[in-house]
Amino acid sequence: MKNSILEINNLKVFPNNNSRLKLVKNISLCLKKGKTTCIVGESGSGKSLTALSVMQLLSSQLSMSGSIIFEGLNLVNLTKEEVRKKRGKDIAMIFQEPMTSLNPVLTIGYQIKEAISVHENLLKAELNKRVEELLDIVGIPIDRINSYPDELSGGQRQRVMIAMAISCSPKLLIADEPTTALDVTVQAQILNLLSGLKLKFEMTMLFITHDFGVVEDIADDVAVMYQGEIVEQGTVLNVLKKPKHPYTKALLDCVPDPHGKKDLNPIDYSALKRAMG
Amino acid sequence: MEILLEAKNLSKEYVKTTGFFSRTSSSIKALDNLSINIKKGITLAVVGESGSGKSTLAKSLIRLVEIDKGSITFKKRNMRTISGGELKAIRKNIQMIFQDPYASLNPRMKIINIMEEPLKIHDIGNSETQYSKILSMIKRVGLGEGDLLKYPHQFSGGQRQRIGIARALILEPELVICDEPVSALDVSVQAQIIQLLKSLQKEFGLTYLFITHDLRIVRHIADEVIVMKDGKLIEQGKTDIIFRSPKTKYTKELLASIPGNLLKRK
Repeated sequence: MKNSILEINNLKVFPNNNSRLKLVKNISLCLKKGKTTCIVGESGSGKSLTALSVMQLLSSQLSMSGSIIFEGLNLVNLTKEEVRKKRGKDIAMIFQEPMTSLNPVLTIGYQIKEAISVHENLLKAELNKRVEELLDIVGIPIDRINSYPDELSGGQRQRVMIAMAISCSPKLLIADEPTTALDVTVQAQILNLLSGLKLKFEMTMLFITHDFGVVEDIADDVAVMYQGEIVEQGTVLNVLKKPKHPYTKALLDCVPDPHGKKDLNPIDYSALKRAMG
Repeated sequence: MEILLEAKNLSKEYVKTTGFFSRTSSSIKALDNLSINIKKGITLAVVGESGSGKSTLAKSLIRLVEIDKGSITFKKRNMRTISGGELKAIRKNIQMIFQDPYASLNPRMKIINIMEEPLKIHDIGNSETQYSKILSMIKRVGLGEGDLLKYPHQFSGGQRQRIGIARALILEPELVICDEPVSALDVSVQAQIIQLLKSLQKEFGLTYLFITHDLRIVRHIADEVIVMKDGKLIEQGKTDIIFRSPKTKYTKELLASIPGNLLKRK
């Protein structure tokens, strides 16, 4: 596709010692430039494995097949060194748990500098200026530059992670449940921040979540994953308002409705199995 | 309606010492002159951001945290002055379900031992009646007899939360304090656990104090809501009314941050 930035074709992920067990079963997904695509699904549906495959960060006990085309380049064929040059520069990632992703014994300023220095050779003064700019963009007071991660709240830590991720102006940002560990008000702030950054830096975003409420807030396109497969994909309006696949319908039914108009219906897996044939 | 628990003017301050030889100190008011009533048979939700004092409130009600000022009365008995056997007897009546089902079950104990511990502590029944009690409870929460001999790591997050619920209910408490019981679970499992909690409430006539930051869940489970911020009570009332016509600016803000609202506002 012409306006696509990333194309995942026939991606399969399986354990090294059991290639018949497919954790991700032959999925294909296309990310449009400048859009946010959400992957939604329960735990164990393969959404994080898909993200890690794009980053070429799968555990050494897992293998993958298929192609991942980023700006016309198949990432699967690149050497480790070549991938490392892309990772963090052109494609960046933020994770669910900001506390475990940050190093507890280094200041946040140092860690952001480190993220920049890997890819760019800047003078010390330039580097400091860049870090201050980044902190400002993500909404952390500059005087916190020498703070350690444990001195920050969960929301602030996630802001630091975002600062690191956007430090080299990536073209694609992968966010793996970045707000699941945060409470609702902070979640709303982080989602707003990410939407703003996406527009400002013309980034494409791959956003992973299990919460359809979040999908509604942030997504342009949606892919619903179930047991390693994409069972439905389309624009956010189509998937949320006119879901076609029985699993999408079932998953939408367990989202609590803040208006109290509909009942909560846990997924009836045996009924789902029958509906899916 | 009968009032099960009444807490009046609760205050609790945490003092943090920093600096050389801990000479400077700062304090945080986790509870600031807060009063609540819990009516029998209802679900009272406590909502607020992290750091608002919700968990301190929960812990202070069963005296896992000692408050600085105020009074707590459970079934007309003063919780603050009792001790020893009397406190133990009351604690049997007030049980807790915790947020993180990974951290709240002892990884080295089998499920049967986890379930039997509270019965032993409170000296209820003999080993035979204890076993039949445990069996019927574990079945009630949707697990089987075969699961009793497994260890916590063999279960998923949702199953572990079911075990946490079974452990809390085995003593037949009247008040169950649920501290963010579904926050760590994904939506499909969350819906199952909420339904389970609702049906158990009906069956055993339970009263819930339900702590959460997710207002969408409040709408589904709570009869009444209190909103907390910085240890203070900001607003309280019936769930419907709070959602339909919130009075304070803060409650409005909380309602606005419910995910899935942005699109509607656009």
